[in-house]
Amino acid sequence: MTESRSSSPAEYTWPERGHRRLIGKRLSRVDGPAKVSGKATYTYDVHRPGMLYGKILRSPYAHARIKSIDTSRAERMPGVKAVHIIQGPGTEIFWAGDEIVAVAAVDEPTAEDAIRSIRVEYEILPHLVIDTDPQRAGDMAKPTAEEIVGDPDAAFRQAEVVVEGVYGLPVITHCCLESHGLVAEWEDEENLLVHISTQAVSSIPNQMARPLGIPAGNIRVKMDHIGGGFGSKFSPDRWGIVAARLSKLAGGRPVKIMLERDAELMVAGARPSAYGRIKVGAKKDGTLLAWESTSWGTGGMGGGGRPPLPYIFEIPNQRKQHTAIMNHMGSARAWRAPNHPQACLLTMAALEDLAAELEMDPLDLFLKNIELTGRRAEIYRQELQIAADLIGWKTHWHPRGDQSHGPMKRGLGLAIHTWGGRGHASNCDLTIHPDGSVEIKLASQDLGTGTRTGITIVAAETLGLPMDRIKVMIGDSRYPASGPSGGSTTIGGVSSATRRAALDALDQLFAKVAPALNARPEDLEAVQGRIRVKGDPGRSMSWEQACATLGGMPLTVRGRNPGPGNLTSSGVGGVQMADVSVDVETGVVRINKMVAVQDCGLIIDMKTAESQCYGAMIMGIGYALYEEKIMDQLTGRMLNPNMEFYKLAGLGDVGELIVHMMTGPGYDERGVIGLGEPPVISPGAAISNAVANAIGVRVPFLPLTPDRVLEALHKKGGHHATH
Amino acid sequence: MRPIEYASPRTKEQAVRLLASTWGETAVLAGGTDLLSLLKDDVIAPRRLVNIKEIEELRGIAFDPRKGLRLGALVTIEELLDDPRVRQHYSALAEAAEGIRSPQIRNMGTVGGDLCQRPRCWYFRAGFGLLARDAQGRSLVLHGDNRYHAILGNEGPAYFVSPSSLAPPLIAYEARLRLFGPGGTREMPVQAFFRIPQSEEEREHDLRPNEIVTEILIPPPRGEASATYEVRQREALDWPLATASVALQMDGDRVTAARIVMGHVAPIPWLSPEAAQTLVNKTITEDVAQAAGEAAVRRARSLGRNGYKIQLARVAVKRAILRAVQGGAR
Repeated sequence: MTESRSSSPAEYTWPERGHRRLIGKRLSRVDGPAKVSGKATYTYDVHRPGMLYGKILRSPYAHARIKSIDTSRAERMPGVKAVHIIQGPGTEIFWAGDEIVAVAAVDEPTAEDAIRSIRVEYEILPHLVIDTDPQRAGDMAKPTAEEIVGDPDAAFRQAEVVVEGVYGLPVITHCCLESHGLVAEWEDEENLLVHISTQAVSSIPNQMARPLGIPAGNIRVKMDHIGGGFGSKFSPDRWGIVAARLSKLAGGRPVKIMLERDAELMVAGARPSAYGRIKVGAKKDGTLLAWESTSWGTGGMGGGGRPPLPYIFEIPNQRKQHTAIMNHMGSARAWRAPNHPQACLLTMAALEDLAAELEMDPLDLFLKNIELTGRRAEIYRQELQIAADLIGWKTHWHPRGDQSHGPMKRGLGLAIHTWGGRGHASNCDLTIHPDGSVEIKLASQDLGTGTRTGITIVAAETLGLPMDRIKVMIGDSRYPASGPSGGSTTIGGVSSATRRAALDALDQLFAKVAPALNARPEDLEAVQGRIRVKGDPGRSMSWEQACATLGGMPLTVRGRNPGPGNLTSSGVGGVQMADVSVDVETGVVRINKMVAVQDCGLIIDMKTAESQCYGAMIMGIGYALYEEKIMDQLTGRMLNPNMEFYKLAGLGDVGELIVHMMTGPGYDERGVIGLGEPPVISPGAAISNAVANAIGVRVPFLPLTPDRVLEALHKKGGHHATH
Repeated sequence: MRPIEYASPRTKEQAVRLLASTWGETAVLAGGTDLLSLLKDDVIAPRRLVNIKEIEELRGIAFDPRKGLRLGALVTIEELLDDPRVRQHYSALAEAAEGIRSPQIRNMGTVGGDLCQRPRCWYFRAGFGLLARDAQGRSLVLHGDNRYHAILGNEGPAYFVSPSSLAPPLIAYEARLRLFGPGGTREMPVQAFFRIPQSEEEREHDLRPNEIVTEILIPPPRGEASATYEVRQREALDWPLATASVALQMDGDRVTAARIVMGHVAPIPWLSPEAAQTLVNKTITEDVAQAAGEAAVRRARSLGRNGYKIQLARVAVKRAILRAVQGGAR
């Protein structure tokens, strides 16, 4: 019997380059056919016997106190099975769309009728739904203390060039194409079954247990597929608890609540805004000396996050102050790389403006100061050069302001970003059955990033089997617990746990079959569906023969992360460049091309990794050009809680997208690192910089809509004859 | 559950008998691309829907070089786009239809529905009424966010913009519209069909509650140079920010008469005789087109946040004129 591998952690490694049959190859996702054929089941598709439909009455006011609620008509309505007051009289409401009363009825129209029949009296209170001016926020503005690094006053005096500008980006929403929601049902008095669209299968039971007063172990959570989360789906949310309560009131019948599109945009996700007055001082050769930022932003009543400024470039002398504005725009949630897209825009736009002032190519400015990026400086240098080649920077870049004839002006812009992405805590059970079949169970979830595919690749690679021999079962809280999918931590977590489980399982299998092969277990390897003696491939048996030695008892091995061996780590960098055309007569911006160059350690599946970058660029084009949670100052409501005026990029809007993943020596040995977030950080800044390069003036705020572009041109003055 | 009756008549006579004589009671269902969102957003709550898709005589495209083009009200946007005669003789109409970027809407939406669809004003769609007033009677548009609202014909009380894609080219071609109601057939120029409501009781159309649009008649082509230009933020499905359709009667290089109609700039499709007048007896150049654009927006005014649309309308007119004389070149 061999020793457990845990006594020799050095053996828990990824296969060397040249010994990878599947890892790092461009492989199609295993659930692709199910998704494109419509067979994949999303929470929205869950229909349970006897299921009721829950609907929620929401506050039309951004700030109010509930005076009275009359649900009597709803309660008498035929087909209404449960009415639950979520926030009762006396409660203060802090944003429009907040939940007041929920009902469950036999069908959606009845539930809607019941909601319409409920009478709520409000005392309307003054609201604040503006975030562009901290002065207007009064005592709702919460300034933090000034932070000083080095000697900014001396550094600005020493600077030969100082530029100052205001930049910002508004609150946007997550706009998940599958809205938030769930189906909750009591299987008996004590046990709850929940199908929910979530990023956190393993942690939902615990979050629901306390409010419902039952042990977490009595709650089972399931999810097969999700239509987007982006950081907005970690919690069961108030409506999740409400669905369970409605189900209880209705005798345990399943209750489905999926948010309407308007609610999804109003209350189920918002990225904090960020604005900043930025001052940068430098030498004439571009050496960065000093940074000063006065920034502000809102995340609703929570105030929002604080962008890490200056972003990536550790300018030696800094003065920084941030003000969080509390207001009635609705609460914020983590949005793909929280605080980073904001910090990236504020920093990269200021640096590009500095380059323009210095009449310097911003690529040269970035390279000049690349050591300020710290330990990844050399990686950024390589990535900048690759990106420049891919977009034709040297050919197409020109000093600020395209001087060519005609209204279409072309420009290039760039930005760089960073992220962590270490694998999260993850457990999995890998079972080898005596018939040779293999299954892996873990309570993880696939956010659309290809989690099932990654697990399958790692198990198949390790066990020497084809991918279709591996059955991956995720999305059930009864499986071994695995971390929430946030912070780009999933692939590192699940692939490390899977690798360890598969290596341990192989060790146990080798021990079983070694005598039959007349070899020591440590001399065996699993290759191409066979167990064979290393260096003597003639001495082998098929995988099936080997598994048959297990007898009647399947072999189950628990894999864990963290664990022995360095299979995952943290810290990535990326560079993006954008090539845009701007119609200076209409202010319309079109993306010609975007390039993403990204490192993320050892890549498990090149295809799904590239897909993350493509998707992130498309999402980034959305917030660069179109997206804004438009709040009405008069009514305090969101004016565009729909996909008509909350605009996302369509196929015709994204241009040519190029992805280059950094791989090979220097990258692979870092282990597996997550990728979901980093590539969405740079697009706003890169596109904003490209537009400035095209039209010769900074458009200070995202999204870069025609009105803003025209206004910037107008302020610049008389740029084109027709204005 | 709030019940809705569903009627599916086979003739237009049956259809109008099923329609109530006051607004709100009943609603006409053709493509449904707007009606369903109005129902779901609770903007309307009729007790009966009258599906007119079973009425055969409302279908079909007919073209005769001497009589012109006849479009049944139920002709879909896709059918319009697929018809080579439309593209050949009425390019401004085909170009406007191309601006409707959703295949689903092209397949379901009808030309009659395009003319009858309700405005997209976000206050109207949120239940504040067509004229968008709050409980104190204040105009939400004037005091709120009017970035997508009218720059012409915006003296009040209506500030929304006409959402029709096809009305501007139809008006440019001097098309006429036939309606059918209890009193029989009414016919009018398309431009007369649109009106600026003066009270919440009025509508943006001269359509009575128990009338339906039956057909659209476009005069025979007179060799005009015509085009539509849309300023749109997205290539994907998106409402244009401003559009212009032009039809120019030419004598060689010289314009003898012109029709210029802007869309998405006013509560009605906005016919600009001032702009047209600047073209008469001129040969189209960039400067001439530019001058027409200037004339088209001379009376435009910003409501506060929509001043940029004045520039967009000016450019739309200029570019539509240039596109028309360049033979529809993009």
